[in-house]
Amino acid sequence: MASIDWTPDLAWGDKQEARAKELGMMSEQLSGRSMETFFEPAEDENLTYAFSKDVDFNKRTEIDTADMDTMEVNKNIRALMDEGYGTIVIQNPRGKHSIGVGILNRLNLIIEGSTGYFSTGLIDGPNVRVNGRVGWSCGENMMSGTIVIEKNAGSTFGAAIRGGDLVCKGSVGSRTGIDMKGGTIIVGGDTGALSGFMMQRGRMVVCGNAGKNLGDSMYDGTIYVGGEIKSLGVDAVDAELTELDQAWLKRKLNQYGLLPEQGVAHFRKIVAGKQLWNYDNLEPNEKKLIL
Amino acid sequence: MCGIAGLIHRGKSSGVGSEMTSMLQALKHRGPDSTGFAVYGNANDGEYVMRFKVAEAEDMDGGFDMPTKIAARIAEVEKRLGEHGAVIKSRDEATAYAQRWVIAHNGNTEALARYVEDVEGTEILSMGNALELIKDLGDATVVSDQYNLGSFQGTHSIGHTRMATESDVDIRSAHPYWAFPYNDVSVVHNGQITNYWNMRREMERKGHRFMSSCDSELLAVYTADNLNNGIELEESLERSIREIDGVFTYLVATKDSLGMAKDTMAAKPLVLFESDDMIAMASEEVAIRAILPQEIDTYDPYDEEVRVWRA
Repeated sequence: MASIDWTPDLAWGDKQEARAKELGMMSEQLSGRSMETFFEPAEDENLTYAFSKDVDFNKRTEIDTADMDTMEVNKNIRALMDEGYGTIVIQNPRGKHSIGVGILNRLNLIIEGSTGYFSTGLIDGPNVRVNGRVGWSCGENMMSGTIVIEKNAGSTFGAAIRGGDLVCKGSVGSRTGIDMKGGTIIVGGDTGALSGFMMQRGRMVVCGNAGKNLGDSMYDGTIYVGGEIKSLGVDAVDAELTELDQAWLKRKLNQYGLLPEQGVAHFRKIVAGKQLWNYDNLEPNEKKLIL
Repeated sequence: MCGIAGLIHRGKSSGVGSEMTSMLQALKHRGPDSTGFAVYGNANDGEYVMRFKVAEAEDMDGGFDMPTKIAARIAEVEKRLGEHGAVIKSRDEATAYAQRWVIAHNGNTEALARYVEDVEGTEILSMGNALELIKDLGDATVVSDQYNLGSFQGTHSIGHTRMATESDVDIRSAHPYWAFPYNDVSVVHNGQITNYWNMRREMERKGHRFMSSCDSELLAVYTADNLNNGIELEESLERSIREIDGVFTYLVATKDSLGMAKDTMAAKPLVLFESDDMIAMASEEVAIRAILPQEIDTYDPYDEEVRVWRA
């Protein structure tokens, strides 16, 4: 029988402990600290992928998608980017699902009409304008870029978004920004129940009213609401709207033409109460699993 | 997953048969198992359209000497209608097992319906002055062609494409459900009801009948129970949000109106389009676009929202 050449590392437990401290997973380090880190434009190596296509924004084309299925539309977009088109207009989307998903490139994408579920999700880079309405899960998991929707949006708007600006000028459905991990979601109208549920980072701005359980179980991040809030969720608390907040809100809302006439002083700011932050209360064996 | 759709024209008749077929065909990817339609034509007081089946589609291949059995069952239904004083005005046969009879009757249709359903293998799919309820296995165009629905003119309609999750793939578990014995009322549902057995037992104690183990049937029975007790449709929809647990969006159609209700979590989708002369709604916008290709404004109703529209 072959013997195994292995000696247990007796100091392993201590090393894990040191690593946990280094990662900031102890309560004395966590209290009063924010998990927020924001996109840094200076990190220019993050701005393009090695495989990204060289497109020219001045080269513009249109595709009529009335008789295409989703896969054909998305293949067409890629083929046009290969040809160097930087501005692509999609005509007659007619509520098709998953239009423009997974574009990891600079691109001006204009959608003339309404799309179905998962519209322009998983994108990293493009500037998208939808001159219509979007269905559920628009901009899901987007990494960067902008999406501007002129009409209403469905539920789970910007689910798990990590970066970029996702803007809906009309009203959106329920669970907006569920699990959002960064970026900015801006809603010109109202949002439904459980918006910002388990939000982790980033900012959400709602100019209209918010439904029940706003910010339920949020870890971190900030929600600004201009109208009525039906109810706050577990561990979502009011915070002071500082001058810095107001300046940011004004700048951001102005950028998309959504600044309310009466300004932003009436906005409520909602943050995590951090009562659910029990990260270092794990059993030792669970801790090993996490680290 | 299931797809639901509804359509109501204000103050005029239209080709709701073909319109609903297009809408449901666009929703086929949400459920390819079976498709059902409830379409409402011009009400003919005193005359009832009775749609019933005397066997399941699958029985046709498996049973021994099914044609003879079916003929015997149909003869029995005819005899029992006669015993209740109903006059058969016309009879059509959509498939070997599905019948559409127009009957004249001025007595108690509930007693009549219960007596007819006592015949082996027989289920009344719908009864009403205006309602035609059609459901079978296959996608929307298959069922629509089979039952010759394309030329149907009416004011409103609801429909359903089913992905069977809670019960079998057969006609008895297909939507829409007729709110037995309440004439002209039908229900389609997308979701899961979690207090189904408790509610079902409560309804059964009140004397209601269940033909399937599909949770959606509960909504039809529940609505019938409320309407029987003189509760308005809108109130019934609002009560259901408080009394029925689970995630659901469902539509109810009556002789002259169409209603919707969405559960407290807003977990099941519905897109609404409203204009002065028509209202269309569906699980996905793509279904509304199937009949309205031009640019329109649509929105999602919120949690606990209840709406009722009149034709």
